[in-house]
This record gives sequence, structure tokens and C-alpha cells, in this order.
Amino acid sequence: MSEHLLSIVLLTPLAGLFVLLFIPGSQKNLIRWWANISAAAGFLVSLPLLLGFDRTKDGYQFVEQMPWIPSLGVQYIVGIDGISLLLVMLTTVMGFLAIFSSWDSINEHVKEYYAMFLLQQTGMIGVFISLDFLLFYVFWEIVLVPMYFIIGVWGGPRKLYAAMKFFLYTLAGGVLMLLGILTLYFQHAAQTGVYTFEIAVLMNTPMQLWVERLVFWSFFVGFAIKVPMFPFHTWLPDAHTEAPTAGSVILAAVLLKMGTYGFIRFSLPLLPQASSDVTIVNVLVALSLIGIIYGALVSLMQQDWKKLVAYSSVSHLGFCTLGIFALNHSGLAGSVIQQINHGISTGMLFLIVGVIYERRHTREIKEYGGLAHVMPNYAIVFAFAMLSSAGLPLLNGFVGEFTILQGAFEANYVWGAFAVTGIIFGAAYLLWLYQRTMLGEVTNDKNRGLPDLNWREWAVFVPLMIWALTIGVYPKPYFDILEKPVARIVERVNSQRTAPVLAEIPRPEIDPR
Amino acid sequence: MSEFYTSTDHFVLLPALMLALFGCATLLFDFWVFPQEKQRKWLLLFLVLGEIFAGVAYWRQHSFLAEHGGTLTAFNGTLTVDQFALYFHWIFLITTLLVGLISYRYFEAKKEHHGEYYGLLLLAQAGMYFLASGTDLITLFIGLETMAVTFYVLVGFLRSDPRSNEAALKYLLLGGFSSGFLVYGFSLLYGISASTRLADITLAVANRDPYDPILYLAIITVTVGVLFKIAAVPFHMWAPDAYEGAPTVVTTFLAVGSKAASFALLLRLFLGPLNSARDAWEPLFIAAAILSMTIGNLAAVTQTNTKRLLAYSSINHAGYMLLGVIAGNATGIQGVLIYMLVYVFMTVGAFLVLVALNRDELGGEDVDDLRGMMHKSPGHAIWMLIFLLSLAGIPPTAGFIGKYFIFLSLIESGRYVLAVIATVYVAVAIYYYLRLVKSMFVEDPEREVPAMATSFGTRVALIVTGVATLLIGVYPEPFVRFAQQSFLR
Repeated sequence: MSEHLLSIVLLTPLAGLFVLLFIPGSQKNLIRWWANISAAAGFLVSLPLLLGFDRTKDGYQFVEQMPWIPSLGVQYIVGIDGISLLLVMLTTVMGFLAIFSSWDSINEHVKEYYAMFLLQQTGMIGVFISLDFLLFYVFWEIVLVPMYFIIGVWGGPRKLYAAMKFFLYTLAGGVLMLLGILTLYFQHAAQTGVYTFEIAVLMNTPMQLWVERLVFWSFFVGFAIKVPMFPFHTWLPDAHTEAPTAGSVILAAVLLKMGTYGFIRFSLPLLPQASSDVTIVNVLVALSLIGIIYGALVSLMQQDWKKLVAYSSVSHLGFCTLGIFALNHSGLAGSVIQQINHGISTGMLFLIVGVIYERRHTREIKEYGGLAHVMPNYAIVFAFAMLSSAGLPLLNGFVGEFTILQGAFEANYVWGAFAVTGIIFGAAYLLWLYQRTMLGEVTNDKNRGLPDLNWREWAVFVPLMIWALTIGVYPKPYFDILEKPVARIVERVNSQRTAPVLAEIPRPEIDPR
Repeated sequence: MSEFYTSTDHFVLLPALMLALFGCATLLFDFWVFPQEKQRKWLLLFLVLGEIFAGVAYWRQHSFLAEHGGTLTAFNGTLTVDQFALYFHWIFLITTLLVGLISYRYFEAKKEHHGEYYGLLLLAQAGMYFLASGTDLITLFIGLETMAVTFYVLVGFLRSDPRSNEAALKYLLLGGFSSGFLVYGFSLLYGISASTRLADITLAVANRDPYDPILYLAIITVTVGVLFKIAAVPFHMWAPDAYEGAPTVVTTFLAVGSKAASFALLLRLFLGPLNSARDAWEPLFIAAAILSMTIGNLAAVTQTNTKRLLAYSSINHAGYMLLGVIAGNATGIQGVLIYMLVYVFMTVGAFLVLVALNRDELGGEDVDDLRGMMHKSPGHAIWMLIFLLSLAGIPPTAGFIGKYFIFLSLIESGRYVLAVIATVYVAVAIYYYLRLVKSMFVEDPEREVPAMATSFGTRVALIVTGVATLLIGVYPEPFVRFAQQSFLR
């Protein structure tokens, strides 16, 4: 049993989907029950991963390997290290909570809705556990289809536009990434005669710098669109805003992490020369910093509650990529933790928007005001989520952002200085949002009779709040889990470093006395 | 047997004989045995029987080649059966069977159900046989014309429908024109080598400079003729009109059968005799491939008629397959073969859903006619989704495997720019495929729509094409091997 644990985690949602197809569409409650049971089962079977994971061991664990298309050298290899473990856990938890939170809000095409979510779960888990590049690509593309339907069928007024934009952007990035994958595959075969997509083997492909750069940019397009990095972010506000609440939660909490995960798992270890190349690092850091500041500034301007949260993702993901391309231990570890944090806190923020949207069916910020008087519990939860997202110490956001900034300052203090402004703006737009919607007198009479959180909404928020608090108070286990894999990647990148990253940036003379 | 008709000749020719005989028999039995229109669908049995006989003959050729290796040549080198030819023969067989299965319900609804239809299908397939197996210019040309003439008739099969007639006339005129080009090129090749056999022409071409004026003229004219047949830009003008006007089932056969046979001819000529003059024809092919992908995709975006949309999409697919020929390495050729097989299943699948849309008062040819399919016939809608994703090349469907080989071959041969162009057009193509998906799944119909018009035949064909599309995508290993051993050497 235990040697197939990862496959079981991967296939549980798919098995649930298979059974779901045989439930007649008119049995809405039965469908809801079954989908929730499947998602919960998906979470429960992923728990043994956490218990059985040996954080002292280097390399991949729970590895399964078997041939898939031998004549092309494609294998079914899955395995996880600390980085993928955290992301898989994030996926199973957020997937369950997203499905659970849709109980009341989805009343049309219920069966198809849950089918898409379960399919999506399998795709996302597959992305995080694949150790074969083509397998990874297959899962990467599978994820697009359910999300297209989730946005396109159950979304808001401009759902078709948003869904199409989401699909086209990510597909274009994906196929260009495929070219990079194939180049790598061919380069390896040309030099060793072995055709394989296995990542561990491809890592040992010596390549000329220009080829490596070419492959890096092709990966970059795929991953940067997914993250999304400035200037590829324009699909995100549309998709996040138009998606149904649970769709936004999954998009923000898990889907975006596929891009950052791609950088960490593939770009850095497979292309160490290119990823430590001065020009490339500078370009990527510059884009990250622009993303951080631009995302925050645009958030300040938003009139639409959900769009504000969406743009805040651009800013937060900027921190994640900044941490990655700081290319040191703190930056990378902080980036992974920030990815988890962003999943928790932005997931909560989208759920919060969802709660109020279900009651009032508008997301205009100026429609609200003084909600704290009407819905006190809601205001408490929102305050918690907001502070966690803004990076208040003792909550999760602080841990990630602080570590990333530490890494950025280690690499170059100018980067750190720019990034800090993002945190300030971040606090500004979140607090201002809170002030406008929650505090003061009730300005709109329609808001007077709104019911507070019901038990189901509480049940979604409480686990997330506890999780956020534990990371904030005691982040050590997370750093322990990340210790080995991050050290390995950093070592690999730095051993190949052609020139120091700082070389081109003037630094002040420090008097040795 | 005499030396004019040896036992090898018989062994090689047998499948074509079977197809032609059963084709003619269908024409006769149509009058004698099944005078009632209701009974005519039983003529499908003749088609199936003919295919079984042909299939057995193919199987015997297959085992012979597997056992003895090499190739089978007959009639003094005018006909050749090798793994490459057999690969295409199997494709033709599958195509004709699938098209036959989805036809009867369609023609009954159109009140044009005539027995000779099945005979014509078999005769067209006999023509295709000579296109894949012919190794002599005359044989190839006769095969091409046999196929083309039956197609002219089939396209105009809805006699009372002016669109069908118009399409047939356009196809006939332009088809005849292109055959003229092709046969002119053939005559020049004959002039160069003083022989019509491909083996002799290979030698003669190899001894000449690729830019030798006569040879160059021959290459240009042959290229024009062949590109017309595979409907590549700039010789594609006939395709949207013919596809739109023809009965939908014939459109299917045209899009798949005719294209596969023409690709067999293209590969036979350009990787055989003309391979040594690659420098001369490669730029022409590159231009045609890029144009096909560009025009095919961009024109498809604005179409509101599903058949025209799929016509432009098939032009786009021809562009992708040409890329494999341009790359010219083992991966590329294997890619063309795999792509062709995949293309058969996904295209027949997509068209057969359109056939089933052809309900009494609804034409089923407008993109909006797909609306509400998800509620009326969720099964059809989901299969159609799979076909469309496959046409777009999204894993884990079969279409991805085809594109995978094409991209890989371009990278292996160092054609990075072409590879990037080809990938970018994948994203353009998904736009119009998703328009169909949107109609099926998201938009509500303006009024109540009747359920899909299915029959036993369409259901069988739907399951076969759907399962194959998924299977090749999920477990391509056996198909990849099958294509690998069918190399043209």
C-alpha cells in the first residue's frame, strides 16, 4: 500500500469523479455529499505523506517509477521532496475547503461543477509530484480544461471573456514551454544517445550557455504567465474576478503556485548556468519588483472588492519570484513558505468576498460600509485574513515576507529596499479596504439585515485561521522540511554561477575600519 | 498463372480487386435486391464484407512482409506493397468503414439514400489503394483520378441541393485544373528519365542539379498539384466551398480519406524520387506550411458555419503535417504518419457529431446549432469536447501526440523559428475550437432543440473514434511502434 501512496493521492479525486458520473444529475444533495466525501478522502489519504515524510533525508521520497511510453523515453515517475510535499498538502486542503464552500452557492449544473473540481484536483496534484517532464506537461495542460469550465460556466457576467483569456494565455505559455522541454530532451539525447524525460537524468545534460538561455526563456514564458509575473499578469484580474468563489480560491491558492513551483523545480536545477546568469537574474528580479509595486498600487485604486484581492496576488507572487531569484537559501525557503501563506490568506480573502457576494450580489466597495456592526463575526474573520495577508508578525504572512526580504537583502540591498515598499503599500490597500467596508456607520440600508456567518462558513474559515496562526507562531517545522531540498537547489545553482550576480550593480564603498 | 499475371501480382492486387468488385456488386444489387429505400441501408453489409475481404488480404500481406521483410513488387515494379503502403491501407480501410457507418441515417433524412453511394465509397478506396501502393507515374495518376472522379460525384450527391451541386462543380473544375498541373509535372519527369517508374526517376533526378530548369519546373508543377490535393494554402480555395456544400458524411470522407491518400502520394514522391532535390522543394513547402497554418487558423476564427470552420481547421492540420515532411528526419516522417492516424479518428469524430446534429428541421451547420447540446445529449457533447481538444493538441488526447512528433522533429533539425510559429498557432487554434465548446456547454439555445439524431452506426463510430482518440493520447506506445515500423525507406 505505502509504496503506491502518491498514486493513491493522485487518483483518489479521479476515482471520486468516476463514481460521481454515475449519480443522476437530479440528486443534487447526493452529488454534493459525494463530492465532499471524495475531496475529504483526497485530503485524508494525503495525510500519511506528512507523517511518513523523512525530513532528514535528501532527495525524493515515495518514489514510484514505471514505463509509460518506452519508445519515447517517457515514464511515470512520481516522488516528492519537501517543496512538493508542502504544495501537495496545500492542494488537498484548499481543494477540500473550496469544494466544501460551494455547497450553497452552486445550484446549477451541480454534477458538472464538482466533476470539474475533482478533475482539477488530480491535475494539480500531478503537476506537483511528476518527476518526468512530459508527465508534468500533461498534467500542466489537463488543469486548464476544468478551470476553463469553472470560470466559463459558473462565473460572473464577463465569464466567457475571462475564461477564454485564461485558456489562451496559459496555453500559449504552455506550448512554448513544451518547445523548451523538447530542446532539452533532444540536447540530452544528442549527447548521450539516451532519450529520456526523467528530470534527474536531464539534470546532468551539459549544454552550451546559449542553448541553456534559449530553454530558460521558453520555460520562463510558460511559468511567468502562470505565476503571473508582470507583464503577463493581465489574464489574472479577469479570471479571478469572474470565477465563482471556489474557483478563485483554487486559482489563487494552488494554480498560481504551479508557475513558481516550475521555476524552483525545473528552471533552477535544470538550467543552473542560465538561471544564475547576471542578465537573466536582473531581468527577473526587475519584473518581480515591478510586479510587487505595480500590483500593490493598482490594488489601491480598485473599486471592486474581488479585483482588489486579485491584484494583491500579483504583488504577493512578486515576492515569491523575488525570493526565488535571490538565489540564496533564505530567499528560496521564504518563497516556498510565502506560496503556502498566499494560498491560505488570499484563499481566505476570496472566501470572504464570496460570503458577502452571496448575500448582496455586488462586489462594489462603495456599496458597503460599517459591516462590522451588522456582521461582527465576519468582521473578525476578515480582520484576521487581512492582517495575515498584510504580514503582521505572529501570523503566517510575516514569516514568508520577512524571510524573502532577508534573502533579497543578502543578495542585493537595493532589491530589498524596493520590495519593502510593497509591504507598506500592501498594508495600505488592505487596511483601507477594511476601513471602507467594515468600519464606520452602516451607510447602505440594504446591508442592515445581513445574516452573520453560518456554521458552514465558520467550518471553512476556522481551519485556515488555525493554520495561519501555527505558521506564524511556530514556522520551524516548515523550515525543517524545506532545509534539504532548498539547500540542494541553492548549491546546484551557485556551483554553476558564471559571474557573481552583484557584479554589475554599483555598491557603496565600505570603509574596512 | 502466366508471366503477365503472376501469383505475386495477384497477391499484391487482391485488396484492390476486392474493393472494386464489391463496389461494382453494390451498384448491381442496388437495383436487383433492394428496390425499397428503407432496405438500402443493408447495402452497408456489402461495404463491410468488402472491407473484411480487403482486410484479410492486407493482413496476409502484412504477415508476409513481417516474415520475409523487404517489399512486395508486382507488375514489373508498378505496384509496391511495403509497410508504408500498408499503414495507409489500414487508414483508408478504417476511414471508409467509419464513413459508411455514419452515412445511412444522414441520407435517409435527406431523402437521397441511393445504393450507389456505398459502391462509390469502395471505388474511391480502390483509387486510394493505387495512390499508396503505386510506384509508377501512370499508376499513381490513374489512382488519383479514380479517387477524384468518385469524389466529384459524391460531393454533388444531394442532387436537389444547389449548394451541393455548386460545390461539386467547383471541386471538379479546380480538381481537373490541378490534375493538369500534376500530369504536366509527371510528363517532365518522364522526359528527364525516359521511364515512368519511380525507381528509374529516382536515379535520373539524383544525377541532376536540383535547380536544373526542367527538373525545377517539374518539381514546381508536381508540388502545385499535390498541395492542391492536400488542400494547403495557396491552393486551398476549393476546400471550404466543397466541404460546406458536400453532404456532411462526404465532407468527412473528403477531409480524411482524400487527404490521407494525397499525403501518401506526397510522401511517395517527395521522399522517394524527389528527395535528392530537397533543396529545390523545401522552400516551397515551408511557404505552404506557414501559409496554411496562418490562413487556416485566421480564417477559421471568423467562421460561423461549422463545416467551413472544420475545413479551415483541416487546412491548418495539413500545414502541421507538411512541417513533418520539411523536417524530413525519422521523427518527422514518423510524426506525419502518427498525425495522419490521429487526424482520422479526431476528424471523423468531430464530423460525425455534426452529422448527428443534422436533425429534421435544423441544419446543424451553424455554430449556434451546437447550443444546448450539453443538456440534450451530454454524451455527444463530452465526446465532441474530447475531439476538439484533440484537434487543438491538448494532452492527454491523441492530437497532442501528433503535434509532439512534429515539434520534436523541427527542434531536432534545428528549425527553431518554424517550431515557434507552429506552437503559437496552437494557441490561435484553441480559440475557435473553444467557440464550439462554448456553444455546446455554456450558451443556452434560443428555443427548445430536439435530441441528436443518432443511429446504431453513428453510435458505434462515435465510440470507436472517441476511444481511439483517448487511447492514442493516454497510451500511444503501440501506435508509435506501428508508425515506426512503417517508415518509407
